[in-house]
Amino acid sequence: MNLDLLKIANKKFKSRLIVGTGKYKNMQECAKAIKISGAQIVTVAVRRVNISDTSKPILMDYIDPKKIMYLPNTAGCFTSKDALRTLRLAREIGGWKIVKLEVLGDKKNLFPDMIETLKSTEVLTKEGFKVMVYCNDDPLMCKRLENSGAAAIMPLAAPIGSGLGIQNKTNIKILRNQTKVPLIIDAGIGQASDAVEAMELGCDAVLINTAIAKAKNPFQMAESMKYAVISGRKSFLSGRIIPNLRGSASTTNKGLI
Amino acid sequence: MKKKNKIKIVVNGKHLSVKIKFSLKNLIEKLKTPINKVAIELNEEIIDKKKLSKIFLKNKDKIEIVHFIGGG
Repeated sequence: MNLDLLKIANKKFKSRLIVGTGKYKNMQECAKAIKISGAQIVTVAVRRVNISDTSKPILMDYIDPKKIMYLPNTAGCFTSKDALRTLRLAREIGGWKIVKLEVLGDKKNLFPDMIETLKSTEVLTKEGFKVMVYCNDDPLMCKRLENSGAAAIMPLAAPIGSGLGIQNKTNIKILRNQTKVPLIIDAGIGQASDAVEAMELGCDAVLINTAIAKAKNPFQMAESMKYAVISGRKSFLSGRIIPNLRGSASTTNKGLI
Repeated sequence: MKKKNKIKIVVNGKHLSVKIKFSLKNLIEKLKTPINKVAIELNEEIIDKKKLSKIFLKNKDKIEIVHFIGGG
């Protein structure tokens, strides 16, 4: 049987679920949820070291970057300048080249600033980064990102942390048809059925943070999302039946008494 | 008189006073920072971690030391 692998910038992954490491109660809970989710990629943020106490445990003590790929993000950046600075620092920490770019333009809804995002993608790609780009679901902007060398197109399903699910299925379908690099739903997933839907629409992966971290039972939700992504992917690959308004009996009438 | 032997620097937004001829390596050691888990910026320029012992701090230098934390 052929293995169905997710390929991002020449790296291959069995799991199509990418998990964020923010918003957990503590690092133990985060590490356990990630383990249960089966994710092989986790997003991480770049922040100042607490210089008054450097003995405190840090993320790397709980999640081994040799076993799970860290995907540094630019959370909190509102300009291209800040995003570039953050990702150059991230690369310096450990040689990471695959990064998640996210340049926000709207503090209330956390929508991406697509002009700054596009500019940053161009610069980072020239510097040798493999840029996975958080973006809106506008097919024209997504095409421009892809043409600028984006390693993955990551449209939002709904605002970050909203849990509203996929708001514009039509655009995601259009994006699926036009996108040659991995298409990953980033932001807006609330429950397992949203993840199934994303995968059934043909997305290559799903990125989830809040829906797992803030669930009453994050571990059970992590497991639920793991199976949702597998289920949705298999459903997509299996070739669904054509929807039909008329009923079609499952049992033959032959031999009916 | 003692103050003449000291310089003032800003590390991660905090003011620190260190002696003259203090290298970035000295600073990292003083702060007990795990060097392989951080990146260092001196006045907004990323520093090659192999060259820390050769870079001596000057008055008013701004240093940023960053690492990875949880994020989405």
